Amino acid sequence: MSAASHDAHEAHDDHGHGHEDGGAHGTLKDYVIGFVLAVILTAIPFWLVMADVLPSHQMTALAVMGLAVIQVLVHMIYFLHMNSRSEGGWTMLALVFTLVVVVITLSGSLWVMHNLDTHMMAPMPHDMREVP
Amino acid sequence: MSPDLVKTIFGRLTWDAIPLHEPILIGTFAMVALGGITVLAALTYFKVWGYLWREWLTSVDHKKIGVMYIILAIIMLLRGFADALMMRAQQAIAFGDAAGYLPPHHYDQVFTAHGVIMIFFVAMPLITGLMNLVVPLQIGARDVAFPFLNNFSFWMTVGGAITVMLSLFVGEFARTGWLAYPPLSGLAYSPDVGVDYYIWSLQIAGVGTTLSGINLIVTIVKMRAPGMSLMKMPVFTWTSLCSNVLIVASFPILTAVLALLSSDRYLGTNFFTNDFGGNPMMYVNLIWIWGHPEVYILVLPAFGVFSEVVSTFCSKRLFGYSSMVYATVVITILSYIVWLHHFFTMGSGASVNSFFGITTMIISIPTGAKIFNWLFTMYRGRIRFEVPMMWTVGFMVTFVIGGMTGVLLAVPPADFVLHNSLFLIAHFHNVIIGGVVFGMFAGIVYWFPKAFGFKLDPFWGKLSFWFWQIGFFFAFMPLYVLGLMGVTRRVSHFEDHSLQIWFVISAFGAVLILFGIISFVMQMVVGFMKREQYADKTGDPWGGRTLEWSTSSPPPAYNFAFTPVIHEIDAWHDMKQRGYVRPTTGFIPIHMPKNTGAGVVLAGISVVVGFAMIWQIWWLAVISFVALVASAIIHTFNFKRDYYIPAEEVVRVEDARTEALRSLA
Repeated sequence: MSAASHDAHEAHDDHGHGHEDGGAHGTLKDYVIGFVLAVILTAIPFWLVMADVLPSHQMTALAVMGLAVIQVLVHMIYFLHMNSRSEGGWTMLALVFTLVVVVITLSGSLWVMHNLDTHMMAPMPHDMREVP
Repeated sequence: MSPDLVKTIFGRLTWDAIPLHEPILIGTFAMVALGGITVLAALTYFKVWGYLWREWLTSVDHKKIGVMYIILAIIMLLRGFADALMMRAQQAIAFGDAAGYLPPHHYDQVFTAHGVIMIFFVAMPLITGLMNLVVPLQIGARDVAFPFLNNFSFWMTVGGAITVMLSLFVGEFARTGWLAYPPLSGLAYSPDVGVDYYIWSLQIAGVGTTLSGINLIVTIVKMRAPGMSLMKMPVFTWTSLCSNVLIVASFPILTAVLALLSSDRYLGTNFFTNDFGGNPMMYVNLIWIWGHPEVYILVLPAFGVFSEVVSTFCSKRLFGYSSMVYATVVITILSYIVWLHHFFTMGSGASVNSFFGITTMIISIPTGAKIFNWLFTMYRGRIRFEVPMMWTVGFMVTFVIGGMTGVLLAVPPADFVLHNSLFLIAHFHNVIIGGVVFGMFAGIVYWFPKAFGFKLDPFWGKLSFWFWQIGFFFAFMPLYVLGLMGVTRRVSHFEDHSLQIWFVISAFGAVLILFGIISFVMQMVVGFMKREQYADKTGDPWGGRTLEWSTSSPPPAYNFAFTPVIHEIDAWHDMKQRGYVRPTTGFIPIHMPKNTGAGVVLAGISVVVGFAMIWQIWWLAVISFVALVASAIIHTFNFKRDYYIPAEEVVRVEDARTEALRSLA
């Protein structure tokens, strides 16, 4: 942050240095909870894969992916101190926007490319019926 | 020397790379060299090098950086427009036996360079420059959040522009069209340096664009004057915020996709090749996920300019402020779910095409809401038809036509007929010239007195407007007609003589636009010569409504001696209504960032890295890359980054302003 911006900030009531709307700081308890959760969330997928618990590989993969998403959330909340209050809600808003854009980009690309793939293959009987 | 040694030293660079056999390029080079030498000699003769270095090139002042961005854009506009004239001339004469004067090899480079330059090095610097110049003033800040980063971003953009310009005289540019679709842009079909020039110029400039996006977001979010809640921000600041959010979210996609293409070209991977599991369609998909938000990055700030101009020159507050803000935000989000309309014909099925067709049509709703807001602001307003207002009205007429052809193209079956035709070319020039260019010109004329302290010459300004407006219709309406007849884009020679008349009309329009550009420059020249007559001593030459008009023209380095407190949407209008009295005592020293040459150095080394990578001069690439990292690290040890403007200096500047205001009263 520049010198100029500091000056501009001094006039603000709500943008002082190190007030409650800055980044949140974790307590030891938070870090311990986060650590324990992270360990559990790592151990479960390990167990799922090693002990071959679920009936199919696909289900295992999906379960691991799902747990990975939860793991990401745990990291963000307990280690990166993400909450809806820090920086006046702007960090949360930025995260939500990022997620929206990433989801749109990934799911959209998968949908589009899958659709292209289906249509660019040699014509199937089903497709032939649609040809005029 | 052995050939191996020569190759080690110079990579792919040989004497053949200098286009001595192309008279057009040699002529251009002679002109550029002569012009360059004249400018350098003049700078030396008038001994302004030191001044230029200290006050401008190393400046971290957002106003000066904004001005430099706009100067870069205008210089590159001349280059990009020269390309346009060449294409129009070629297409007007190359029929039947006449081959025209541009061989296809050269013509393909011209249309690629035209697109790349106009989007990345004209439109982008124009919007970034205007945002830099205006946003901190509108929100009552003294500079942007990261002043050095701002300077660095600007010089990286210049670095990208220099890389493109180098391709004119050393080697050649891409012959792939402005988005460089593989497999044409892959190693198999473009083995020479053209595509590498394309990649590296965009990567270098892209660093600058992304960083300036982050910078302006932080500035707007964190540095607004007290009392300016989000819903009290000026509309231009709102559109800038949304535009920068789009920049930060979408430019990484461009960077990534170009990195993948580079890796195909340099490392032999197969992301976008035809063989070994590569898929060129993935490139098209990814680049348009960046490319569609990009057009909204360009047009949103223009919408902001029109909003400011309309409410100022109609002396009314903007009709439907909140709906304008919501429309902007909705456009921001929607711009992410329409990208496939750029490749309806690539082979997707009906469900995909109709989804993206419908989302595309939905975007016209918030855009239409904006048009109606501007019209209702004008309704029963006291309209002053000054030059910025004329650009705005010209925009509304032109842009609506472009918008409607856009909705037409959003219908997938219609797109199957019109895609890749001159109809498409006419459509996007219609929205980009009618929207972005007119908007930026309105903004430049509107804020010029704020930046320099005198207005531009209105006669030449109006001339410029009429030449552009009429020239635009002459240049692009024939392309709609040709497109409907099925003429495809990027063709350098035609057989059917019946088409020729339309291309001649279009070329005539391009000449009119040339006069428009000359008049645009003339309004600055004449304005400068008559600067005493056009001087703006009040700081508020148009009867403005937002905060930037509350300070002097040009503003002092610190913008505002005291940070203003905001109560209303049109803060300055509100202050004038309430009989605001300018404080004349109690000044304190002001803490400001210091100039630094690090931006120039880092960007200069980046150009060397790019050049070495393009020509595969590996030793130079390694050395310059190490130098780049080292310079960045050395810069972090520069602790003399700030200083205080002493209170006496502030008193002196503010007293001079008090005196100037008194002499007016």
